[in-house]
Amino acid sequence: MTLAVKETIYQQDFQAKLENANQPAWLKDLREKAFAYFTENGFPTPKNEEWKYTNIAEISNFKFQISNSKAESQTGELLKEFNFERNGLTALHLAFADFVLVTIPKETSVEKPFEFNFKAAENEANFPHIIVVAEAGSKATIIENYESDAKSFTNSAIQIFVEDNANVTHYRVQKESAEAFHIGTTEITLKRGSFYNSTNINLGGRLSRHDIHLKFTGEGGEAFVDGLYMLSGAQHADTHSTIDHTVPNCTSHQTYKGVLNDRSRGVFNGKVFVRENASGTDAQQSNKNLLLSNDARVDTKPQLEIYNDDVKCAHGATVGQLEEEELFYLLSRGLNESLARNLLTYGFAEEIVNKIGIESIKKELDEAVLNRLQTILEA
Amino acid sequence: MLLEIKDLHAAIDGKEILKGLNLQVNKGEVHAIMGPNGSGKSTLAKVLAGHPSFEVTKGEVLYEGKNLLELEPDERAREGIFLAFQYPVEVPGVSNSQFLRLAYNEKMKHLGEEELDPLEFNDYLTEKAKIVEMDKAFFKRSVNEGFSGGEKKRNEILQMAVLDPKLAVLDETDSGLDIDALRIVAEGVNKLRGADKAIILVTHYQRLLNYIEPDFVHVLAGGKIVKEGGKELALELEEKGYDWVKAAGN
Repeated sequence: MTLAVKETIYQQDFQAKLENANQPAWLKDLREKAFAYFTENGFPTPKNEEWKYTNIAEISNFKFQISNSKAESQTGELLKEFNFERNGLTALHLAFADFVLVTIPKETSVEKPFEFNFKAAENEANFPHIIVVAEAGSKATIIENYESDAKSFTNSAIQIFVEDNANVTHYRVQKESAEAFHIGTTEITLKRGSFYNSTNINLGGRLSRHDIHLKFTGEGGEAFVDGLYMLSGAQHADTHSTIDHTVPNCTSHQTYKGVLNDRSRGVFNGKVFVRENASGTDAQQSNKNLLLSNDARVDTKPQLEIYNDDVKCAHGATVGQLEEEELFYLLSRGLNESLARNLLTYGFAEEIVNKIGIESIKKELDEAVLNRLQTILEA
Repeated sequence: MLLEIKDLHAAIDGKEILKGLNLQVNKGEVHAIMGPNGSGKSTLAKVLAGHPSFEVTKGEVLYEGKNLLELEPDERAREGIFLAFQYPVEVPGVSNSQFLRLAYNEKMKHLGEEELDPLEFNDYLTEKAKIVEMDKAFFKRSVNEGFSGGEKKRNEILQMAVLDPKLAVLDETDSGLDIDALRIVAEGVNKLRGADKAIILVTHYQRLLNYIEPDFVHVLAGGKIVKEGGKELALELEEKGYDWVKAAGN
């Protein structure tokens, strides 16, 4: 097979990554497999159905610098459960990934959130990989923050294992520079009676894509997978999510909201699978989008695939502008039109932001949302 | 005179609803506009507030001697007109106190008076909330979201109290209220009566008028006022129904 130049540009970097002595043989082996998958399959293109609306040519046509961190990175065998063969990007991620492992011991409640801050430097590629194991009956909060100041490429992943009766709250905040490229993968496995509550905020990035794969593997699990994308200029943000009910009596809730201005573009693709065995499933999914400009666009596709009759499922998507009646209500109280529009848009976004239980993050996002609205209004 | 409506015609989607309505309201007065369904009561309320779906096709509305119809809805509000909605709108994600402070400060700005910061406003709001016996818990909740019918109506009157309008138009404020809620809302409105302001009560039933005593009752039918009188007219309507006045409108 003849390789396109763009798939070989990281060959040398990869050799350097392999030479890092601080890694076990099995990990080197895994990296080699991942890199081979990447070179063979290449970067995904819009010809691939899953990438139909998201063209990453700008990422594949640019050679980012890869910092070869010599730091010893800790990982466990659970890494092997990460499905790097989803596409070239997940394979590239694993080939270069730097790891952090967090284990929350059995029946332990950790008050202080585990916070991870990632910041890519100009023209650099980063491949952070977090593995969280919340052991049976434990409770913890995980925060992922992504920032950058310039053109950069972050290709991250997190694996979260929520074991029996464990409880994980997860905030993921992506506010990269408007020049940055951001690819993220979140894998969650939920065991018996466990609880997972996530809020995913996407404000930044020139082009960003977040893939979520959540799977219930034990009965009685419950998950909230919520998110907000707020875009302007020429930003493009894509969320692909899969929620897989493979066992009975699990509940999933998904609310994703989008606010799009200028020429920005949003993609929401949410699949919910209810397998044959998964009776008593309750799955709710909604995606609501607010378009603030005529040139903004959103492609939304909520999908339910149900193979069991004893289930309660609902899904829906809306794309629209501010409601006339809501606007009139605010005007009738003396708010001028731009303030009224602003406030309604803010409220629309705040429904997701208000879910955040940590006051400092909530406040920061509140301000980010308001700033974004000011920019929108002044433009 | 606070409000003078002359030969008002208004339409929605090309269909004429108001067909030559006349009304005069002085400061200190409470007027009840009664009438059967479809008579144009709510249309009148919305036209006064400047709802964009309604088109005034003929006539004049003077507010404090000035042409009201050329003002935008938000300008009317800042000039002292308040509409209590029949169906208050939910504004998710925006707290009641945030919303009310913004509205209050917009008005203060317009009047060239001092705006209130969140703490000062909280005190002001706490004071006003007593008028409709509203708990502080409502301040933090999103505007009308998840409120019961009665709570929404109380919230409208709270807004009225906060904004202190010169002319308040209450559109079917009694609908959906049980007797306790009705009493609270009506007592709230009574506390907001004053010699320098006027209230227009739009209502189908006489019920509300047991608690808020009007100075004048106007019966609207077929887009016009067909009968006028004092508060005793409301009782007469309650007794006889609208049929006897409807005929006059046709």
